[in-house]
Amino acid sequence: MIHITINGETRQFNQPINIEQFVDENNLIGKRIAIERNGEIVPRSQFAEQFLADGDCLEVVVAVGGG
Amino acid sequence: MDNLIIAGKTYSSRLLVGTGKYKDFSETRAAIEASGAEIITVAIRRTNIGQHADEPNLLDSVPPSKYSLLPNTAGCYTVDDAVRTLRLARELLDGHTLVKLEVLGDPRTLYPNIVETIKAAEILVKEGFDVMVYTSDDPIAARQLEEIGCVAIMPLASLIGSGMGILNPWNLQIIIDNASVPVLVDAGVGTASDAAIALELGCDGVLMNTAIAAAHNPVLMASAMRKAVEAGREAYLAGRMAKKMYTASPSSPVEGVIASARSQ
Repeated sequence: MIHITINGETRQFNQPINIEQFVDENNLIGKRIAIERNGEIVPRSQFAEQFLADGDCLEVVVAVGGG
Repeated sequence: MDNLIIAGKTYSSRLLVGTGKYKDFSETRAAIEASGAEIITVAIRRTNIGQHADEPNLLDSVPPSKYSLLPNTAGCYTVDDAVRTLRLARELLDGHTLVKLEVLGDPRTLYPNIVETIKAAEILVKEGFDVMVYTSDDPIAARQLEEIGCVAIMPLASLIGSGMGILNPWNLQIIIDNASVPVLVDAGVGTASDAAIALELGCDGVLMNTAIAAAHNPVLMASAMRKAVEAGREAYLAGRMAKKMYTASPSSPVEGVIASARSQ
């Protein structure tokens, strides 16, 4: 079991998961999002290659209204 | 044509608008259209994971194919948060480099922290961002930010969202006179005359959000702002008359005024 902090909340995963699977499972496919993993940008082209590791910290963001 | 050029790209509108505080995306879109703005600010925020899968997205209403989006760092109080936010924005917007940097120093006044702003600007410029920077109306800070390589200097007219208008036109004038990159008033505009004054002073543009979004009729105010910015710019280009202190000058001929019948 691994623990990942996603947007400030800790989540558990029972088996290894890559970022593409994470995006798919959370209905984020095709959405305009950007992901940072442990302070580094994860380019969309690397979603399938990068597997989440215990203790990882993800930020998943979108554009919202602002001035 | 009298265009605004920022980071080598030409814009015909000198009004830049935000997308915050609107009732819904439909009102956002209508106000933006009425404003005629081409550069539109957006914020970058955490998404709800696993919820609201069909939630509408701002970018469907304000498509990057139609507008130059200007992601901001609103809410960031440190260099690290601001820089990371804009790296995420660049990824989100497919390598888009035009950004608005603001590093705040205080949650009550949202006044910019200039020391942190300068440090963040140095990093972002080195990383290839075209940085439009929110700053105080301090001419020295403005000069330093320009020297770092920011593509536009954006001093406050008054506090963000305050609608207090242009409180220190003298400082703005010094910044405008010294700058060789565009100077845009960012923050503080409350109504159309404020925007016109900014352009009359020689500002290259105005960025606003609350003045439009918090008006009772945002779409009508957006239209008013468009006209005010155009009027202010034309007045600036036309060159205003000199002020004559305490001395009137008649507009009509002094000679040939009819006299009282009795005195002749």
